[in-house]
Amino acid sequence: MSEPGSRAQAAAQPTPETEATEATEATEEREPSDEADGADSADAESVAADQSTAAARTTGAAAVVAALESAGVEHVFGVQGGAIMPVYDALYDSDIAHVTMAHEQGAAHAADAYGQVTGRPGVCFATSGPGATNLVTGIADADMDSDPVVALTGQVPTDFVGNDAFQETDTVGVTRPITKANYFADDVDAVGDLVAEAFALAGEGRPGPTLVDLPKDVTTAETEAREAEPPEGTPTPSADAEAVEAAAAALARAEKPLILSGGGVTKGEASEELRRFATAFEIPVVTTMPGIGTFPEDHELSLSWAGMHGTGYANMAISHTDCLLAVGTRFDDRLTGGIETFAPDAEVVHVDIDPAEISKNVHADYPLVGDAGTVLDQLYDALSDGPAEAARAGDRWDAWREQCATWKEEYPLTYDAPDDEPLKPQFVVEALDAITPDDAIVTTGVGQHQMWAAQFWTYTEPRTYVSSHGLGTMGYGLPAAIGAKLAAPDREVVCFDGDGSFLMTMQELSVAVRENLDVTVIVLNNEAIGMVRQWQDAFFDGRRMASEYAWMPDFAKLAEAFGARGFTLTEYDDVADTLEAAVAYDGPSVVDAYIDPAENVYPMVPSGGANDQFALSEDHL
Amino acid sequence: MRGPAPEERPRPKGRRSSQGIRVDPHAEATHEPRRTAISALVYHEPGVLAKVSGLVSRRQFNIESLTVGSTTNPETARITLVIEEPEPGVRQVEKQLLKLQPVISVRELGSDAVRRELVVLKVHGDEPDKVNAITQMYDGRTLDAGPRTITVEITGDEQKIDDAIDAYRQFGIRELARTGQTALARGDEWTTDAEEERYERMQRTQNQTDVDPDQSYQ
Ligand SMILES: Cc1ncc(C[n+]2csc(CCOP(=O)(O)OP(=O)(O)O)c2C)c(N)n1
Repeated sequence: MSEPGSRAQAAAQPTPETEATEATEATEEREPSDEADGADSADAESVAADQSTAAARTTGAAAVVAALESAGVEHVFGVQGGAIMPVYDALYDSDIAHVTMAHEQGAAHAADAYGQVTGRPGVCFATSGPGATNLVTGIADADMDSDPVVALTGQVPTDFVGNDAFQETDTVGVTRPITKANYFADDVDAVGDLVAEAFALAGEGRPGPTLVDLPKDVTTAETEAREAEPPEGTPTPSADAEAVEAAAAALARAEKPLILSGGGVTKGEASEELRRFATAFEIPVVTTMPGIGTFPEDHELSLSWAGMHGTGYANMAISHTDCLLAVGTRFDDRLTGGIETFAPDAEVVHVDIDPAEISKNVHADYPLVGDAGTVLDQLYDALSDGPAEAARAGDRWDAWREQCATWKEEYPLTYDAPDDEPLKPQFVVEALDAITPDDAIVTTGVGQHQMWAAQFWTYTEPRTYVSSHGLGTMGYGLPAAIGAKLAAPDREVVCFDGDGSFLMTMQELSVAVRENLDVTVIVLNNEAIGMVRQWQDAFFDGRRMASEYAWMPDFAKLAEAFGARGFTLTEYDDVADTLEAAVAYDGPSVVDAYIDPAENVYPMVPSGGANDQFALSEDHL
Repeated sequence: MRGPAPEERPRPKGRRSSQGIRVDPHAEATHEPRRTAISALVYHEPGVLAKVSGLVSRRQFNIESLTVGSTTNPETARITLVIEEPEPGVRQVEKQLLKLQPVISVRELGSDAVRRELVVLKVHGDEPDKVNAITQMYDGRTLDAGPRTITVEITGDEQKIDDAIDAYRQFGIRELARTGQTALARGDEWTTDAEEERYERMQRTQNQTDVDPDQSYQ
C-alpha cells in the first residue's frame, strides 16, 4: 500500500473534466483578480508596491495575524523563536496582546483555560522543534477535555523539511493523534484561510485543539492582502424528532430517572436548558467532573458529581437509576468505574454532538445526536405535552427523590472536624470559598488537592472549575489561572495546587507578576505527591516509592523571589486572615499551606470497581 | 446517620456486558467479532493514509488489511479496510473515520459486495506443466517463466487466493506478495454516498453542456 500522491500532484495533472470541488473553488477564488491589469503597465510593480492600492502585497505572517484579528482574537500566549519570528514580527503591528510565557507548556495551558472560560478558542504560539514539542502536553490536555485551542507553530523552511534541519520536528506528525485537525501550511496564498479554518474548527461542534504548522519561508513570502473572511458561525444541530419522542417516552416510563450532565453541557452553553429541564420535571442531577457548575451544587436536586472521588450519593444514584439521561459526556473510566457494573439497571439516553461518542464506552439505548441545549429543549417539549405529560414527574418520582435525599444524609462529604493541627486541606478550600464571590474561577493542578477543590467548593456556575480532567496534567493550575484571569479580568481567580504540581510550572509566576495578574495560588502542601502516596498506602502495602519529598523549597520565599506576594499558613487560627490577605493583595500571591500529610481523598471507588462500592475510609478498601 | 459499608449496600440487579451494553436477563446481547469491509472515500492529500492507519492502530481496532487507490475523481482516493470487530467496534471504526478531516464518506460493505485481492507468487520451475494447470484452474496468469522459477498472478476473493496459495505449495513457493482486499458495492448500489451525489451532480452539469457524461467521467 502506498501513500496517495499529494494534493499538489493531483492538482497538477490536467483534469479539465473534473468539476471544481470546494477545495479547488476556494483556490480559484484566491486567484489575484487584477493581475492582468497590472501586467499591462510598466509601472505595475510600483503600483502593486503602493500600500494604498487595493492589491497591496503582504506576507504570510501578516495574513496569519490578520486571520486571528478577524476571528476576534485578543490575547495569544507563546514563546519566541527562530522559525516563528516572522509571525511575531507581524504581531508587532497588531492590537492583539501577546503574553510571553515562561514555557510553551504554560502557553498551551493558558490558551486552554482562556478557551474554557470564554468559550472561544484560546491561541498559543511556539517555534519549531523544542517549542512545538513543549506544547504537546498542553495540546493533548486540550484534546482529552475537548477544549478549544489553536496552536500555531513555526517550522523550518519547506526546502529543509525532512532533512533533520536545526530545530526541525515533524510537528504535524507528532500532534496528529492529539489534535482535532492539524495542517502543514505550505501555500502562502492559503495560509490566512487555513488559520481562519483552524480557528473556526477548534470552537465548532465538539471543540478541540487544532494546529497550523508554519514554515518560515511561507510566513516570509509575499502574498496578496485580502480581507480575511470571518469564520462561519456554528450551526446548532437538533436530534432526530422520532428519536427524541422515544427517549422522552423512556424517561416518562422510568421510576428512577437521573440526569448526568457532562462537560458537553458547558461547551454547548446548555446550562440554562439543563436547569429548566431538571427543575421542571424535578429530576435529580449528577454531573461529571468536567460538568461541574452546569447545575448549581446548592440546589436540592443536585447530587454533586460522580466518579472515582465523586460523592457517595451521586454514585449511589448512578448505580440505582433505571433511566440515565446522559448529556455531553464521553463516559470516562474515572466516571464509570468498571463498565460491567456502571448504571446496571439503567436504560441510557445519550445526548452528544459527537456521534462517535454514542455507544463508544456505554451502549446508548436512545442515542440523540445534537447540540446539548437544543436537544434538552426538544426533550422538554416532548415531555411537556402529549401523553408524556401525564407520566411526568408528579408524585411518581417522589420516592426516588426521597431515596436520593437519604443517600445524601447517609454519605455526606466530611472530614475530621478541625482541631488544633495539622491543618485539613478541606477546611482551607471551604474557607476560601466562603470569602470569594460565586462566580470566582478555580483552577487546579492534578492530585488530591484537585479532588478536594472539586469536593469542598460549592460550584454554582458553569466554567468556574477549570481543571485538567482527561489527561490529568500536573502543572496545569498556574498557567491555567493566568489564562483564566486574562479571559475574565474582573473575576476572582484562585488556583489550588499541589506542591508537586506547582513545582512543574511555577516558573509561570514570573508571567503573572509581569502581567500584574491578580491571581491567588494556594499550595496545599503535603510534602508529597500525595495522590500517588495514597494509592501506595492503599494498594502497594504502603511502600512509598518516590512519592515523598525529602525536602521542599519555601514556596512563600519563592513567590517573593519571583516578585509575587508569599504567605505561609500552618494554623487554623490564621486561615481566614491569611486567605483574606492573599485575595486582597492586588497581584499574584502564593499561600504555602502546610496541610495534614496524612489526609487522604474519600470517598473513593477503587479503579475498575462498581460506583456504589465506594470506600469512605481506609477501612473500606 | 452513616450509611452501610460497601458490602452491606443493596446492589442493583442488572449488569452490563464488557461492551457497556445492559444485559437484559431475557435476551442477552452478545456480539461476536465478525469480519467486514469498510470503504472510505477520502481527499487525496498528504498524510491521509497516516491519519487513517494511525487512528486504527491507536484505537486498537483489529485490522486485517488496508488498501488505497484512486477513484474516478483525481482529488479523492478510496481506502478499503477489512476489520474483524464485534458490531459496536464496526460502528466505532465508521464513526471515528468520519471524524478525520480528509475523510468524505464511509460505508460498511454488505456481504454481497464485489471483493478482490491479488497475489503474485513465485514457485520453483521444475514442473512447468503442473504449475500451468493450477494457474489455469484458478484463472491466473503466468507473468514470468524461467528455467528455475515461474511467477504467476491470481485475483479473486480471499478464499480463492488462500486456496490457490495452498495449491501452489506442492511446487515450493519461493516468495509471494499479496495485496489487501479492495471492493465495491454490488450492482446499482453506490459504495459511498458521496460518490453517488457527485455522480448525479456531474450528470446534471454534463446534460447542460451536452457532453456524454460517461466519457468525461473517466
Ligand atoms: C505530568 C504528570 N506526571 C505525573 C502524574 C502522576 N500523578 C498523578 S497525581 C500525582 C501526585 C500529585 O502531587 P501534588 O501535585 O503534590 O498533589 P497532591 O496529590 O499532593 O495534592 C502524580 C505524580 C501526573 N498526573 N501528571
